[in-house]
Amino acid sequence: MINKLVVENLKHRPVRTLLSIVAISIQVTMVLTLVGLGAGMVNEQARRAKGVGADIIIRAPSNSVITFSVSMPAKLIPAVIEKEPHVTAAAGVLLHGTDMFSYVTGLDLTQFNKLNGGFKFERGGPFQNPGDVMVDSYYASEHKLHVGDKVPILNRPWRLSGIYETGMLARLVVPLDTLQDLTANTGKISVIYVKLDDPARTREVIASLKQKLKDYQIRSMEEYASLYSVGSVPMLKEFIWVVIALGVLVGFLVVFLSMYTAVLERTREIGVLKALGASPQYILNILLRETVLLAIAGSILGILMAYVTRFTINQVIKGALIQAIVYDWWPITAGIALVGSMLGAIYPGLKAARQDAIEALAYE
Amino acid sequence: MSDRPIISIHGLRKTYRAGEVEVHALRGVDLDVQAGEFVSIVGPSGSGKSTLFNIVGGLTPPTAGSIHLAGHDLLGLTDVQRTELRKTTVGFVFQKYNLLPTLTARDNIMIARHIADKNGPLDPKFEEILQLLGLGKRMDHKPRALSGGEQQRVAIARAIVNHPAILLADEPTGNLDTENSVAVLGLLRDLNQRLGQTILMITHNPEAAAYGHRIVRMRDGRIEAED
Ligand SMILES: Nc1ncnc2c1ncn2[C@@H]1O[C@H](COP(=O)(O)OP(=O)(O)O)[C@@H](O)[C@H]1O
Ligand SMILES: [Mg+2]
Repeated sequence: MINKLVVENLKHRPVRTLLSIVAISIQVTMVLTLVGLGAGMVNEQARRAKGVGADIIIRAPSNSVITFSVSMPAKLIPAVIEKEPHVTAAAGVLLHGTDMFSYVTGLDLTQFNKLNGGFKFERGGPFQNPGDVMVDSYYASEHKLHVGDKVPILNRPWRLSGIYETGMLARLVVPLDTLQDLTANTGKISVIYVKLDDPARTREVIASLKQKLKDYQIRSMEEYASLYSVGSVPMLKEFIWVVIALGVLVGFLVVFLSMYTAVLERTREIGVLKALGASPQYILNILLRETVLLAIAGSILGILMAYVTRFTINQVIKGALIQAIVYDWWPITAGIALVGSMLGAIYPGLKAARQDAIEALAYE
Repeated sequence: MSDRPIISIHGLRKTYRAGEVEVHALRGVDLDVQAGEFVSIVGPSGSGKSTLFNIVGGLTPPTAGSIHLAGHDLLGLTDVQRTELRKTTVGFVFQKYNLLPTLTARDNIMIARHIADKNGPLDPKFEEILQLLGLGKRMDHKPRALSGGEQQRVAIARAIVNHPAILLADEPTGNLDTENSVAVLGLLRDLNQRLGQTILMITHNPEAAAYGHRIVRMRDGRIEAED
């Protein structure tokens, strides 16, 4: 019965109800899109890292999961790693950021091909000379590139020698030596990939390498991929907090206004309910249920809208940014919507609950 | 009619305080009402009729005097106890019908039962009352689709659905034309005669007042005369 009243009350002011739902949903969509983009980015990186075909990854001390600013000497490979038993191949790559979301990878093809048998080319082939670049099929279609085109990276033109199947290490690959010289990193690399004769020996080899390379981050590829999470994207966490705070604020304001006007409009009705013997809690209960319904509807709409933003982003910027659907964030964003809305309903709700019945009945 | 009055009021006073100003709305009212009585209350505007109803109905506490309603002493009640009293012991009918606009006529009645924690099916006796309303299918309409007289009949049904000891009707025909007034007053008389419903009705209209067993006249916060 009370639910009927709640639904009828919301239907009675359809425009305000709809606006509240939309306002609440925007916050939900914003968080889901943001987190979804972060997760998409991270999943894609994990997928490409696995695509390398290595068993162990070695990174310099004190790098976060997805940043590569600190580099290490390339001669570690011949000096230490290749001497380790069971190691069949090791390749060093240098990563250099080109903008906020992308970077260029320098690698030595003869070294790298031993890890996984080499890139699978859709068009063209490997580097012919030091000024060549290879891109994956995503990057090529996104930038409408063809073999032989000039690609500007780091303020100079590179010749596109080949387009390879996506899912392998990186989007944009250049010869290691060239990148080292160009970025004043001669003799340095960011990451070392190691392949073993028997993957079952991974833990054993890692233990042994840790003895020799103190402080270096040495992990199995499995473990490394599992470290990728939204939390490892720099700034994203802070950004999400800002959006969440804004979302709570918007939910609060919209519900406050909507409920406050509703309570004023319904002063007489509240008086009637009180004359019928409704307690203050009963009145409060009605308004809180209306609010919960708004928050739930807003959350559902927001989740649906996140699919729309995903579709749009995937259409507009093919490949560069992938928005994942983050199911585990659905209850979180719904919770945020609920908290903001509830906070907004408290004052109007208490005002209604405390309303004097006689005054309310006299209200015009 | 039993000997013990269902309402027993002695020396009842009510003073409203609006800042510095004191308004003596009731200045010592004495009134006994027997169970099953239909009493009309008349008197000029501002004579304290509505105030008396609001106290009897537990909407506001009295200032002084004694007042007993169906065994409850209304003088020292807390807010919670007065809420309980409204829920179980009294039913209100107002001049302005006061149905909830978002609910159908039927649901307006059902919400009163819900507030009183009764959610089962209607008892047969009440089904009979719904027949008396003569609304038929229109019970599933919202108030704005009903005439004033129909709305007021629904409001009366809502007021008695929980079988209150007393029905308080404050100018129930004040907004109605003669035809609808007759229908509403006829319904009140039916309820009183068939079910023994005790009714207190405020009215300005002498013809309406004549429906009561007796008429109580108020003036300046006192009961002036009875006939
Ligand atoms: N809530 C209130 N606050 C202050 N004065 C009030 C209030 N309600 C009624 N009064 C005053 O009490 C007196 C009696 O009012 P009321 O009981 O409404 O009379 P009636 O119903 O007979 O017209 C009037 O002078 C009125 O102005
Ligand atoms: Mg009055």
